[in-house]
Amino acid sequence: MDMLTQMWDIFLQISRGMGITLEIFFSTLFFSLILGLGLALCRMSKFKPVSILAKIYISIMRGTPLMLQLLVVYFGPYFIFGIRITQSYKLQAVLIGFALNYAAYFAEIYRAGIESISVGQYEAAKLLGYNKFQTFFCIIMPQVIKRIIPPVANETITLVKDTSLAFTLSVAEVFTLTKQLVSAMSSMTPFIVAGIFYYIFNLIVALFFDWLEKKMSYYR
Amino acid sequence: MSLLEMRHIKKHFEDLEVLKDISLTVNEGEVLSIIGPSGSGKSTLLRCATMLEQIDDGDILYMGETAAKSQGGKAEYAKPADLKRIHGYFGLVFQNFNLFPHYSVLKNITDAPIRVQKRKKEEVYEEARALLKKMGLEDKGDAYPYQLSGGQQQRVSIARALAMNPKILFFDEPTSALDPELTAEILKIIKDLAAEKMTMVIVTHEMNFARNVSDHIIFMEQGVIVEEGAPEKLFNSTNRRMREFFGKLSGE
Ligand SMILES: Nc1ncnc2c1ncn2[C@@H]1O[C@H](COP(=O)(O)OP(=O)(O)OP(=O)(O)O)[C@@H](O)[C@H]1O
Ligand SMILES: [Mg+2]
Repeated sequence: MDMLTQMWDIFLQISRGMGITLEIFFSTLFFSLILGLGLALCRMSKFKPVSILAKIYISIMRGTPLMLQLLVVYFGPYFIFGIRITQSYKLQAVLIGFALNYAAYFAEIYRAGIESISVGQYEAAKLLGYNKFQTFFCIIMPQVIKRIIPPVANETITLVKDTSLAFTLSVAEVFTLTKQLVSAMSSMTPFIVAGIFYYIFNLIVALFFDWLEKKMSYYR
Repeated sequence: MSLLEMRHIKKHFEDLEVLKDISLTVNEGEVLSIIGPSGSGKSTLLRCATMLEQIDDGDILYMGETAAKSQGGKAEYAKPADLKRIHGYFGLVFQNFNLFPHYSVLKNITDAPIRVQKRKKEEVYEEARALLKKMGLEDKGDAYPYQLSGGQQQRVSIARALAMNPKILFFDEPTSALDPELTAEILKIIKDLAAEKMTMVIVTHEMNFARNVSDHIIFMEQGVIVEEGAPEKLFNSTNRRMREFFGKLSGE
């Protein structure tokens, strides 16, 4: 009983960081899914310089630690441009860093999805007079979205766990608060509570994607 | 009036000359069949006619309007606005259907007329239902392509092409992905269309069908028209290559 009340107490304290954890999560999903599509299109561009730049960007973002990227986004303005960094910029830096990083992963998922659509779909659309814009958004993308749900679900589950990396800039999200509690209480219990939180969060994410997959299964 | 005229068409892929100076004319209400061995360039010819591939040299005219014109040994295509209009004159039925899997049968048929041709929804749906009835699929409007047999899918794709009201319809081996029973289904529909004086160009390996349905047959080999004419003339040809081709088909 004592144990449970203690855990509940810890949960209440940690929960003050949930708003920010959710903000990082949803903001990253929103911006990186949009940015990633643009990046994928650049990556597949027939104009070589654009496609090469996109390729380099993706390679760097995927090849270096997110934690390092967050630090660069945070300290960059000061060291490169001499701009004074304000306290409120911390969260913004986290949101920007996450969006830039996840866009690279989503770009590759989009690209694989778009390239998996047979050329016959484009040809049928062309014969029926659809313009390039209509072909992409009415014929190709709906099929791409269905196909990329599993890899996007994987990436989203990773994102839930990655939000904890915001502790690097001591943004007051769940993991940062947890660590503070652990040192204040000299107890492991906050880690266990945080673990349960992330696990349940991901359970919900997984359930959502299962539902989405079912919803899209009206065709093959 | 000639609906389609192709003159001195040349097309190559890398160092392979696939079409070497092909000319043909299709008049209104006529059925033209193109036959010939595998790799002779039949599909490429259709893909050039339907502008899925660009020709190197030659002229393409639909309804007397120039889509491509030979200029200094090189084909020049018309302005995009003209090409867009000309695109509306023809339709193509693919060997592997290429239906849109995420659209229901009715949506497959009606989406382009509504979205591209900006026609009235009610009118298009009414026409689509009539087309489905004609294809013997009146109860399949709400089905998705994966729920249909190959023959049914091909009938939907014919209906989809017809819903655009093309002046001329191309078929690239419309039955070669189907087993014999389903093949007969599709051939019957094409015959019915021919009886209604639909102008068609058909690439096919079904010799009896070509013989029965065509006004004109072209026999192609290695990118050239070896022989052409009325069905009876072709099937009684004494051309050695043609005899060999027919012989192979009938397994003699
Ligand atoms: N996109 C392409 N790139 C390179 N070569 C091609 C391409 N398309 C066709 N070819 C080649 O052009 C030649 C003619 O091909 P085509 O598909 O027109 O023949 P076909 O008469 O339709 O044959 P089939 O009866 O087997 O369908 C073949 O040698 C083929 O390999
Ligand atoms: Mg072919």
